[in-house]
Amino acid sequence: MFAYVLRRLVATIPVMAIVAIMVFLMLRLTPSDPAAIIAGDNANAEQVAEIRKRLGLDQPILTQFVIWTSKTLQGDLGESFFFKKQVTDLILDRLEPTVSLAFFTTVLAVLIAVPLGVLAAYRQGSWLDRIVMGFSVLGFSVPVFVIGYALIYVFAIELNWLPVQGYQRLSLGVAGWLQRLILPSLTLSVVLIALIARITRTSVLEVMNEDYIRTARAKGQTEGRVLRRHALANAAVPIVTVIGLGVAALIGGVVVTESVYTIPGLGRLTVDAVLARDYPTIQAVILLFSLAYVLINLLVDMTYTFFDPRIRY
Amino acid sequence: MSYLRRSVLALAVVAGAIGLTASAHAEKTLRVVMHSDLKILDPIWTTAYIVRNHGYMIYDTLFATDATGEIKPQMVGNYEVSADKLTHTFTLRDGLTWHDGQPVTADDCVASIKRWAVKDSTGQKLMTFVASIEVRDPKTFVMTLKSPTGLVLLGLGKPSSNVPFMMPKRVAETDPNTQIADFTGSGPFVFKQDEWKPGDKTVYIRNEKYKPRAEPASGLAGGKVVNVDRVEWRAISDHQQAVNALLAGEIDFIEAPPHDLLPLGLADANVKLFDWNPWGNQYTFRPNWLHKPFDNPKVRQALMYAFNQEDFLKAVVGDPTYYKVCNSYFPCGTPLSSEKGMDGLLKSNFQRAQELLKEAGYDGTPIVLMHSTDLAVLTNLAPVAKSLMEKAGFKVDMQSMDWQTLVARRAKKDPPNAGGWHAFLTSWVSADITNPIFMGFMNAGCEKAMFGWPCDETMEKLRDDFAREIDPAKQRAIAEATQVRETQIVTHIPLGQWYLGALMRKNVSGMVAAPAPVFWNIQLQ
Repeated sequence: MFAYVLRRLVATIPVMAIVAIMVFLMLRLTPSDPAAIIAGDNANAEQVAEIRKRLGLDQPILTQFVIWTSKTLQGDLGESFFFKKQVTDLILDRLEPTVSLAFFTTVLAVLIAVPLGVLAAYRQGSWLDRIVMGFSVLGFSVPVFVIGYALIYVFAIELNWLPVQGYQRLSLGVAGWLQRLILPSLTLSVVLIALIARITRTSVLEVMNEDYIRTARAKGQTEGRVLRRHALANAAVPIVTVIGLGVAALIGGVVVTESVYTIPGLGRLTVDAVLARDYPTIQAVILLFSLAYVLINLLVDMTYTFFDPRIRY
Repeated sequence: MSYLRRSVLALAVVAGAIGLTASAHAEKTLRVVMHSDLKILDPIWTTAYIVRNHGYMIYDTLFATDATGEIKPQMVGNYEVSADKLTHTFTLRDGLTWHDGQPVTADDCVASIKRWAVKDSTGQKLMTFVASIEVRDPKTFVMTLKSPTGLVLLGLGKPSSNVPFMMPKRVAETDPNTQIADFTGSGPFVFKQDEWKPGDKTVYIRNEKYKPRAEPASGLAGGKVVNVDRVEWRAISDHQQAVNALLAGEIDFIEAPPHDLLPLGLADANVKLFDWNPWGNQYTFRPNWLHKPFDNPKVRQALMYAFNQEDFLKAVVGDPTYYKVCNSYFPCGTPLSSEKGMDGLLKSNFQRAQELLKEAGYDGTPIVLMHSTDLAVLTNLAPVAKSLMEKAGFKVDMQSMDWQTLVARRAKKDPPNAGGWHAFLTSWVSADITNPIFMGFMNAGCEKAMFGWPCDETMEKLRDDFAREIDPAKQRAIAEATQVRETQIVTHIPLGQWYLGALMRKNVSGMVAAPAPVFWNIQLQ
């Protein structure tokens, strides 16, 4: 197991290197100029050129890449062009809202989707099954921002139950933290619920006709116990896989949701950095997201051994 | 009564008392959504409007433009000009202190003027007239000129980017091309650097030491009386969400809501609209003089005949309440506004435009027109320009891109078919274009001009004459002459004036109308 994890971690290095090269080149090849943005609309050519020089953007791309790579390898992600703060500090500052949002969303999605999926499979063809499947189609089809605006209109503006926007740090109180996370998490979890519920239903359906289910029923076990201990446990591997993929896919959703709900997290930072062509920040955030993606996949692979003892690495 | 119950009761009484005390001293916080998030903090280093607005929060100015466009003393208590107009003596008013409690001195102001003058185009022009700036005593400094100029007050009272904000000497001595790291000002608010979170919020608190002038606030001049304890600039980038937050009472003020969301906001009985910038903004078409066919004045003049302002304004703003046709290069409502030389222009006279193109020998070269797509206040301009140009006989290759790409591309001098450009459309805040020196697009100094690089000695001579003139009547005559010259050479084309008020909750009152949004004088019920 240890050797497997080590192998996978080593394999991460070329992946990250390719991501780094791609991000760096794509940013430099896009027709934009951070210096012109920083200088402002009324700046003249000399002012823009001076800023470009200060940022090191007047140097050849290869030189810029070598400087950035060597600094990154030493753990220095550089200084943001705009915020005049170390990118590492910016990321650390924005980590809590994003992690909170992702965590809350995942918990919400799993708590809702898995029971729904199991029940839909158990009652295959019933009205409940049809509702769950209908919801799945809806969840996949409606864009995140539409769901967000609809929830805001109903729960924040019409009913006035929850705030429209913003984030409260956990250190300032759990109640405020939760209150501000409910709508964003609900928004973000809709797609995830649809995905997990659908896969759960399919996986449970597959195992429901297995011999060991019949045996469990023959032994007189209750339907609840059959579903929990035998059906769900054996259907867990594909469900865990899709949860892992869903969590990784949350990265894209987080960018939109944080923008809609004005949550100062990594997603919002990414949008701001892209709009401002803040190269050091964009590069660092994308590297971080890529790393998160790789590690989540590794974690998912490792959990297989927990659900299915036959799997060994 | 048990010990437990007594304790609970006592606690409740104490908690109630604390609650009453707290509400009696409830902090008045104005929660604001500005047009953009604040990421840069040096208003001399960048011309970005959001940084200018930040500057007005924490810094003060020697002079300021009032509601009528007149320049009035602000930090200056006494201002004298010698009979030969060459010696200008400035004495600071009493009681001026920096946020750290140190007194504001003439040394600080001289250093601030010098740093500003390196970066700002008006400052640079002013310095060509200045022989020396010397400190006479801690509160007095003297500016000696080589020849008289009207730019002393115009420059020091400049209302928009770059504004000559005063900073402590230790800060003002920072290399003008390096951002400052110390945000000590002497203005009506203090910047809370520890609470500044780009992408989230920017916080200012009332400067308790600030001594406002006795006069009532007028434009950017007069008494800057602060009636709130704290101002928070909340970073809500989504306009719809900003309006939602305003309706829900989570914020009090939106600086620049788009026109299409105004009806939604105003449908709420608790929300009102206030036009804080009565001079408004001006749409502008900018041709690139470097490349055919716009290297030919007749082709540029053809544009003046092809365009009409109403079409542009209707397409972008829509509601006539928020726009005005204004056949003047200097915005209507500002002191130098005039229609001199504009007869017959901007009326969509396609026949005359076609004649001019024929005379110019226009060969059908496609015009690369840059179309900005991500800013609602600009998006519809280029399609209208394309349509009118095509009716006049131009071939137009409209290329769509986001504004930041356009900003980068407009700096390129390459031929249009090799990454360069022929024309683009933008908008100016009227306060930035009130005279021939401020108006950056009127600079026809060839290489030294802004992107588009117009090159015309006559125009530069007129602008120099304006800078040297100190008589307001003669300044006006020169400004009119620059406008007439514009109709001949066409460095750019004014496409009408538009206005965008702030949406605010009705418990907010007292906002001053000025070229920049300022938060002194505001009352929060």
